[in-house]
Amino acid sequence: MDIMTELIIKNLSARVEGKEILKDVNLTIRGGEIHALMGPNGAGKSTLGNVLIGHPNYEITGGSIKLDGVELVGKYPEERARAGLYLAFQSPVAIPGVKLSAFLRTAYKNLHPEEKLSVNDFYKLVSSHLKKVGLDESFMSRSVNDGFSGGERKRLEILQMVILRPKIIVLDEIDSGLDVDALGLISDEILQFFSDQTAFLIVTHYQRILKRIDPQFVHVLMNGKIAKEGDRELALRIENEGYDWIRGN
Amino acid sequence: MEVQNMSKDEEIEKLLESVKNITSKKSDWEFKDSFKPQYTTGKGLNKKVVEEISDIKNEPDWMRRIRLKALEIFEAKPVPTWGPDLSGIDWENISYYNKPGDSNTNSWDDVPEMIKDTFQKLGIPEMEQKYLAGSVAQYESEGVYHSLRKVWEDKGVVFMDLDSAIREHPDLVKQYFCKAVPITDNKFAALNGAVWSGGSFLYVPKGVHIDMPLQTYFRMNNEGTGQFEHTIVVADEGSSVHYIEGCTAPRWDKNSLHSAIVEIYVNKNAKARYTSVQNWSKSVYNMPTKRAWVEENGQMEWVGGSLGSKVTMLYPSSYLRGAHASASNLNISLAGPGTVKDTGAKALHFAPYTTSKIVAKSISIEDGKAIYRGLLRINKGAIESKSHVQCDALLINDESASYTFPHDEIYEPTATFGHEASVGKIGTEELTYLRSRGLSEDEASSMIVLGFLDDVMREIPMEFAIEMNRLIKMEMSKMGAVG
Repeated sequence: MDIMTELIIKNLSARVEGKEILKDVNLTIRGGEIHALMGPNGAGKSTLGNVLIGHPNYEITGGSIKLDGVELVGKYPEERARAGLYLAFQSPVAIPGVKLSAFLRTAYKNLHPEEKLSVNDFYKLVSSHLKKVGLDESFMSRSVNDGFSGGERKRLEILQMVILRPKIIVLDEIDSGLDVDALGLISDEILQFFSDQTAFLIVTHYQRILKRIDPQFVHVLMNGKIAKEGDRELALRIENEGYDWIRGN
Repeated sequence: MEVQNMSKDEEIEKLLESVKNITSKKSDWEFKDSFKPQYTTGKGLNKKVVEEISDIKNEPDWMRRIRLKALEIFEAKPVPTWGPDLSGIDWENISYYNKPGDSNTNSWDDVPEMIKDTFQKLGIPEMEQKYLAGSVAQYESEGVYHSLRKVWEDKGVVFMDLDSAIREHPDLVKQYFCKAVPITDNKFAALNGAVWSGGSFLYVPKGVHIDMPLQTYFRMNNEGTGQFEHTIVVADEGSSVHYIEGCTAPRWDKNSLHSAIVEIYVNKNAKARYTSVQNWSKSVYNMPTKRAWVEENGQMEWVGGSLGSKVTMLYPSSYLRGAHASASNLNISLAGPGTVKDTGAKALHFAPYTTSKIVAKSISIEDGKAIYRGLLRINKGAIESKSHVQCDALLINDESASYTFPHDEIYEPTATFGHEASVGKIGTEELTYLRSRGLSEDEASSMIVLGFLDDVMREIPMEFAIEMNRLIKMEMSKMGAVG
């Protein structure tokens, strides 16, 4: 039997510190699909990512999030990760003293308990991907995100994704803070990872990443609601004309 | 990846796996055994009790006189009120001396079955075989076992419980007993002077370098008892030694008292490292006095991990008495629920070109209180002396608390000193980040805590770091919701 990948977000509403940020959001993402999520600042794009992973500061007030038929609302972040959800954070937090190698190994073992990769083989795997995202091997023994530049943090988010192999991936402004070369490396890594069992929701303001990773679906989030949906053309029109024409609708 | 990093990572991995078996591991020291002491002086303390202890030990007259003098001082001194609340110490209901049995042997086979079982559960004989140059085991008030590898015995090293040392090397012991920590020092030191029993005596002759650590393990078993060991470590000129202490006690309802004295003498050009892991149960008042005299060009290193207990007051002190003497103090304190950890360090610079370095890290969980209390004194004439103090506190819950009371007395204008302090809290962002990668809440919080301790862990011996990691993970996993 084929493993299906299907995230169904239905009538999702959520608030932060008592303020309603998401209102009745509906979105379905299936394996083999690439979606882009656009929208003006403060529209709730990052909120959606945080709500999906179960960040405790975000309160879901209604609706459901089902991954492969399993309800995620009410579940802990680690349970959602085990279900196959992954968020590449917009601003990944630094955790002093927590070594990347130890952290990643623990995460990997929790998410793939059936795989018995030796410590050695695991390091080889991590090393090879560190190279691919343009990070030195020495990062392995550094603290998670501690003293990393913005770009290095973004590269590390992609590295973790490749190692942990989630099914539904939200990339929250993965393109910000990356130069052209870095963006190229990261995009290659993302495309290599992409399959009919994985799906991406790329949160971005810009075309430059969408030129490399071509989305079939584009959603525009405004004031916490999906205000417009379309394909690549929609993203291009936003690049040229901004969001006012959608507001005018 | 270099090999060194990999092996360390493997260790970490093993540790993380051990988190999953926490409930079984917890019983490692919280078990009680039903062993009844062969002899006890009963509850309470008076002159008769002190004389009784002295009689049982059949000790020389000078020791008896010290005991009786110490009792007078103990009775005259008030309970200190400048620190944590000590009103819970039930002085009248403590049994001050409890003798487990007659034997003190150098073969585990001769240790009474039940006591041997206890130490086996704690992994002591196994550790001895693997890592140690010598080992002493104390149960309640008396040493029950001691051994020293022949190679060191042949070089003149002395390592045994203090009672045996007084019998076998009376002059050597007398030379050092209560010199660094006089019985007048404080109420608890006076108490120890009066009723002390057990503890270790370690003498390393001139120029002898012992490359494996020596360890004493202290076990309190019955509730409502006191443990008052007195330990003396002498690193004679040009020698080096690493001495380790481990302490545990099961969980009781009645409060118990542990009031030890540790005296360390680091002679000229010698080097001593004292490592202790204390993991008392939540009913123990832990009030030791630990002090080192460091002579010219000597090096003293204190490494301490203080877990458990109800109240701990502990400030290992270094008296830098000779030029170029140095002391370093690395201390990790974990104040769990209902615990007060009043810990710190003292460095007193009496001679020129002396240096001290103090790093104190504390973690407070739930309503645990971690207090750093330190003294730095640089006397006039201790020219060009240097000191650096760093205290970092990590708070786990909203009600967790941390306080810092540094006290500096600098009388020498050419001296330099610095202080750094930080207080952090385990943040939701950090926890969520790790959890979103599949780590459980326990795993995430213990990872953050160990991360906080990382710079200290790097400095300390591997076995100790592993033991600390294990203990901290256990403490963390006992918590309910963290963060």
